[in-house]
Amino acid sequence: MNIVVAIKHIPSIADDLPVKGNNVDFDSVDFVLNEWDEHSIEQAVLIKEAVGGTVTVIGVDLIGELDNALHLALAKGADKVVKITADDPAADSHMQAKWLSEAIKGMGADMVFAGVQASNDLDGQIGPMIAAYLDMPYIGGVSSIEANGDSATVNKEFAGGAGAKYSVHMPFVAGVQSAPKPPRYAPVSKVRQMAQSATVEKVAPSGDASSGLAFKKMAPPVVTGHAEMIEGSSKEVAAKIVELLKSKGLA
Amino acid sequence: MSNDILVITEHMDGKFSDVSFEMVGKAKELASALGGQAVAVVVGGGVSSNVFASDSTIHVDDAALSNFNPEAYGKVIEALVKEKSPKVVMFGWTVTGMDIAAWLSARTGAPLAAYAKDVRVEGGGIVVSSQAYGGKLMADVAPEGDMAIVACLAGSFPVEAGQGSTAATTMASPVDAGSLKVKFVEAIKPAGGDVDITAQAKLVSIGRGIGGKENVELAEELAKALGATVSASRPVVDAGWLPRTRQVGKSGLKVKPKLYLMLGISGAPEHLEGMKSAELIIAVNTDKKAPIFNVAHYGATADLFEVAEAMLELL
Repeated sequence: MNIVVAIKHIPSIADDLPVKGNNVDFDSVDFVLNEWDEHSIEQAVLIKEAVGGTVTVIGVDLIGELDNALHLALAKGADKVVKITADDPAADSHMQAKWLSEAIKGMGADMVFAGVQASNDLDGQIGPMIAAYLDMPYIGGVSSIEANGDSATVNKEFAGGAGAKYSVHMPFVAGVQSAPKPPRYAPVSKVRQMAQSATVEKVAPSGDASSGLAFKKMAPPVVTGHAEMIEGSSKEVAAKIVELLKSKGLA
Repeated sequence: MSNDILVITEHMDGKFSDVSFEMVGKAKELASALGGQAVAVVVGGGVSSNVFASDSTIHVDDAALSNFNPEAYGKVIEALVKEKSPKVVMFGWTVTGMDIAAWLSARTGAPLAAYAKDVRVEGGGIVVSSQAYGGKLMADVAPEGDMAIVACLAGSFPVEAGQGSTAATTMASPVDAGSLKVKFVEAIKPAGGDVDITAQAKLVSIGRGIGGKENVELAEELAKALGATVSASRPVVDAGWLPRTRQVGKSGLKVKPKLYLMLGISGAPEHLEGMKSAELIIAVNTDKKAPIFNVAHYGATADLFEVAEAMLELL
């Protein structure tokens, strides 16, 4: 089984996101692996463990710092890692999906996984676009994939715990919502070992695509309402919350 | 090319989702400003489609489409879009709309503006206000070209404006079901046996800030002291710290309790979809700029563990 996992390096939303002009000030933010990608890597490694095969993890290196995420993927069980050396922090999903598709095209993938979404998917997610560019079917919101020969049994989630089971003929692209098991932990020592010994294959970006969106403005949301903030130490906050709940008959 | 707005509606178990009506209402407003028609599109059988206030409704009624199939639905919608050449195609940014909107954008070259909270007409074209970066930023974007795809967050527009009784025109599916690579096998029903969080008057809801499975017990204790039940945001469930039955949000359940006490939840748009109608929302988070503070009634920038422990002493 030949599984390719396409990952996205994105600005961290744990911190403030400064704006420059009409977009994020990419020089002033940390880039992190999209959280859903951890699930798609886990899902790929689980399939490899079940039926054998290889897992290749590929991403666009936007700011020259993707190696950490790739070494982590190797420590978690990926066999091969590839980075597309773009050096363009503003590359949108269309652009990244195009570059990824061109690089994945010759890999003979049976399945391509991507995180179901990312917080910077203003122009859509890379998974469905890779499917369109590679002329493969796409199924997203996926919570488990089992490979059986040349097809896979794929569970897709709808809301509220409901879902549906599909049979999907390979090759296909899946947008992973969650792996059947929580993503495994990779010890720092193993990641470090990968950083010293592993080879990250480099590919130049090829192909062209654009979101076709002209950015007119980007700013923190205009706040129409704001919580009444409870100030003070944790103990004082707790006391005020309890008082509030009692006054409303909720405690 | 027309100035029409195609709205891709969605339904499950014979019922249309609210976002379908919300989009139809918005499409009428846009169509009237652009001099086109608001066209509701219904894909799949087993549903009565004469329920929209659209200018017209197209129902692609085929037994092979009765269950959602991303490949089949995508092909049907692509064929319709090519035939109708609309100005705008609207999807819900939902578990089904997300499977098709970006695919259609890459197939047709039409720009996609996702996470849309608002759409308006400016200078003969449209401008979309989208939530970005987990709700921390809003972007105004103008799609270039003749056709745009807009994927709308649920709850962005009023439902009532899209409700009506326009008679649908039915058409056969242009897709050969036998050629599909994706085949629906069976529905998966929600696992029973756990408490129903949608029926609870009080919820203590935990997010990524809870840090680990070992800390869930503290939330359980606080919930018990308040006569509440513990619910969670998606990352907590994906990490396996609580079962899927406890998940609030877009891919989880929609709740409307009297009390929604949030510990360590930042308030991503996906979570807000599931709880913003709660009667009293109190949020405790260490990030003073967390988007949840724009939605909560009361908030505190504090350590959730210290607050929870101190509350337990007082209850």
